[in-house]
Formats: sequence, structure tokens, C-alpha cells
Amino acid sequence: MIPQPGDALISLDRVTFGYGAEPVLCDVTLAVRPAEFTGIVGPSGSGKTTLLRVLLGTVSPTRGRVTRPVRTSVSYVPQLETVNWNFPVTVDECVLMSRTTGRLLPWASRVEKAEVANVLERLGIAELGRRHIRELSGGQQQRMFIARALLRRPQLLLMDEPTSGVDVGTRHEMLHLLDDLNQEGLAVVLTTHDLNGMAAHLPNLICLRNHVIATGAPVEVITASVLEQTFGARMEVLEHCGLPVVVDRYAPDPSPSARAVL
Amino acid sequence: MSELLAPFHYEFFVKGLVVATLAGALCGLIGVYITLKGMSYIGHGLSHAIFGGFAASAVVSFNYFIGAGIWGLASALAINQVARKRAIGSDAAIGVITTASFALGVALLTKFGNRGPTFDAALFGSIIGVKDSDVLVILGVTLLTAAVVFLRYRALLFTTFDPEVADVSGVSVSRMDALLMFVLSLSILSTLTVIGVTLVAATLVIPAVVARMLTNSFSRMLALSTAIGAVCGFVGMNLSYHLDVPSGTTIVLTGATVFGMVLLFTGGGRLRRTVGLDQHPDVPATTPVTSAR
Repeated sequence: MIPQPGDALISLDRVTFGYGAEPVLCDVTLAVRPAEFTGIVGPSGSGKTTLLRVLLGTVSPTRGRVTRPVRTSVSYVPQLETVNWNFPVTVDECVLMSRTTGRLLPWASRVEKAEVANVLERLGIAELGRRHIRELSGGQQQRMFIARALLRRPQLLLMDEPTSGVDVGTRHEMLHLLDDLNQEGLAVVLTTHDLNGMAAHLPNLICLRNHVIATGAPVEVITASVLEQTFGARMEVLEHCGLPVVVDRYAPDPSPSARAVL
Repeated sequence: MSELLAPFHYEFFVKGLVVATLAGALCGLIGVYITLKGMSYIGHGLSHAIFGGFAASAVVSFNYFIGAGIWGLASALAINQVARKRAIGSDAAIGVITTASFALGVALLTKFGNRGPTFDAALFGSIIGVKDSDVLVILGVTLLTAAVVFLRYRALLFTTFDPEVADVSGVSVSRMDALLMFVLSLSILSTLTVIGVTLVAATLVIPAVVARMLTNSFSRMLALSTAIGAVCGFVGMNLSYHLDVPSGTTIVLTGATVFGMVLLFTGGGRLRRTVGLDQHPDVPATTPVTSAR
């Protein structure tokens, strides 16, 4: 389906981008609409993070067109693994960072303090404001960055691997939180390599391997054929409680003696 | 006691003390950003590059601040240009350009002699010969730096902590980086006479590292680092007079002593706060998570 830029927060039309001669993204066409919840899945080097960067506007396509209305407000939550956790900031300081306009004074105004307290309360970490960022659990760290993103009152939240390296409980927490925010009207686009734990639970998926392999609901997209095209590996797809469950079909190479017989 | 207060009767000492205290505070303040951004080596390199300009200015009897300033700026641009072409890394570019500039400075001073501060004074700092203009210059640079940090506090903090997200949140990261480089160059230039080329980098790093060991808050780290730098400058300058050794040496040794004392009293655990202070870990390669059968 060709995206209609008119009602989209951001739309990409045949976008191609590469860091060198080899393109990382090829002819990508998609639209992000208000209150949509989409996951981008694909193997390492498939262009997931680059696609987020194109949506953010930090890289410009070498070919194609990105349409982003001026009014569209986008916030970004980075991967936890990319953060310097020894950096000397408290949770309050970190959340307030996103308030870069409107006030020249370094310290927070009373209104800003109230806003930070509200957003931390909404995300269930109100009592952690004075703690150093390293003293938080993985789920709390993720919530802190979402709080920083929400302080800008975005229409679209972009997240890079939000559940990478977190335990099952934290992953469930994160899914509930993002689902709640999405129900309140926030559009969410995230990248994930977790097919069963994350992707299968999202309303909409984009399978990416430098170009879009398939888009749609998980039941339509998570098929053995699409996954083989996306990941270059054979996987089996089962069904459990209406959700697709992906199972590796790893077959070891035959032993040298068996190879000789073959 | 009277022996301790004796140097305060000398005008040259009071001027040197004011300059050293301001230099320590200035380096402590800017050092927080330099250390957290992993730019310590740039600070070290720039001070060496500026020495080339210092020597060239002295040989042709040109104003030291203008000559060395232009030279330092040209070196910074050259480093940026070489690193941009990706032929070699920025650390290698700093190594080549700044040491070449330093070597040129040594060659010029050896061949043609020096009409300004002595060779030793330029390398290790000196309390002798601090002029009124030196006091005014460092006072101006300190006020300018404080104003930049105060008025651009949030943008600088965001850029230092998370440049990628800062960039998409409306902060001009390249402008902030350029502003920081400009202030760093001015700071090195204005403190060179008292601290010396070879020791400036230490005054940028030590107060910031000690402050990091004492606090987890960025705003408190800025205040502590500035105060520690100022105290080290003040005490170091007094020691320089009484021990009759170059002022840069005593300022750095005072800082190192403060570091050792903080380490001793707070335990090695606080040192861990400074591990990888300037690093953003690599993103690990990801593979799809599925159920294996």
C-alpha cells in the first residue's frame, strides 16, 4: 500500500541510504500514523537502527523522500547498552535534560520540577528522582529514558531495542507500559530482535533486511517463509493461544564420516 | 606564620597567586566537560600545539596571545580536517600535528632565542613575570567560560551525556562542540604562563576526576571541580614560592595529593565511578531470540 503523507506523522517514499558505497536501506516505503504501534524486526546489519535514524531525521536519504510535517514532535529512547552509566547524573537531572528551550537558567523552575515529578510518577519511579542512574534496575533505567522522552510531549516515540538484555519480568513491564502509552494516543515505533518475547505481541510489524520484506500484523508476517527471507535462517512457526511462536530449526553440519557417505 | 605570609608582600607573587587560583578554577570547570567527553588527549595536544605558536610569536616579537591563539586554532582545524578524511584516527592526527608543532617550537626557540617568557617557564609554568595583562586575560576568559557554562548549561550537559538524543531534541551538537573547543583553546592559552605546556592537561583532568569520586550529581561535580582546581592553584602557587620549583609542577602535585587523599578516605570503591567515565560502550551485535528446539 502506498502511504498517504497527508495523515502520517512521518512517511518514507522509496528511501535509500548507505554509509558507504553499499546501501543499508533500499527503496523503503512506509508511513507512521498517529497512535500506531509498530515493531521493526530484522537481523544485525539489516538497517533497523538506520531506519530509526531516517525517521528521526539524523541521516538524510541518498535517494527517495522523507515527509515530516513541521508539527510532528518525535522523541527517541536509545539502547541501554549505548549509555555511559558512570556519567554523574541523577534521575531528575537526566529527565530534565530534554527541556533545552525556554529557560536559560541551569536550575529547574517550579513548573519544571512539577512536570518532572508528574512524569516520573506516571511511570512509577517517582521516588527515584535523586538516585544516580546506575543505581536503577534495567526496567527503571528504561522508564527513566521514556520519562525524558515524554517530557517533550511527543506524538511519536522511537525506541532502539528497548528490551535488549532485560529479563522476562522487565520485558512484560515494558510491553504493558508502552501499550498504555499507545492507548493514550502516542505512536510508538521500536526495533527488536526478540521475535517471541516482543514482536509477536505488537499490533504491527515491519520485517527488514535492508529492504522491507513484509509488513502487517504478527500473524500475517511471522511465517516461516518471511522469517527465512528476513533472517536467512530456517525457522518453524507454531501457534499458541492465537500468537505465533517461532522455533529454531537448527540442524548441525553432518560429521566428516557422514559427509563422506553422502 | 610570618614566613608563610611573607610572599604576600611581593606584588609579583600576589599577581601570580590570583592567576594560579583563577587558572585552577577555570581548568577545573572546563575539565569536567573535557574529561566526560573523552577529550583529555585533545587538551594535552592543544597545549603542545600552542607552544609552537608561542615560540613563533616570541621569535618575531608578535603578541603572544594572538599568535599562539591563531596557531592553536589552526592546529585544531588541521586535526579536525585530517580526522574527517578518516585516513587516520583523530588520536593519531593529534599525535602527529601537535607534537610536530611542539617540536617546531623547540627548534625555533633553540635557534633564535627567546624574547618573551623563558623556555622552562613555557614548559612548566612560572610565577615570575606575571603581568597585569595576564591577570586581566585570565579573568576575562574565566568570566566568559563561566557565562558559557551558566547560560548553555542544559545544552552542554545533554551534548556531553547523550549527543545522539540531544541532536534530535533540538540541541545543535556541532555548535556546542565548537563552543567547547573554543573555550578550551582560550583556557589553555590563558593559563599557559603559570601552569606550563606540559602540565595543563593534568589541571584539566585531576580536579574533575576527584570531583567525580565525591559526587554523583553533575551540577555538584561542576562546583566541586572548580573549587578543587582553585584550591590546588592557590596552594600550588604558595608551594612554588617556598620550595622554589616551577608553579605548574606544584599545582599538579597538589592536585595529585588531593586525589590520593580522597582515594584514601573514600576507599577504592569511589575510584570505580571514574572507570570508563568518557566511554560509551559499543552496542552488542543482536541475534533473533526464538525458542530453540
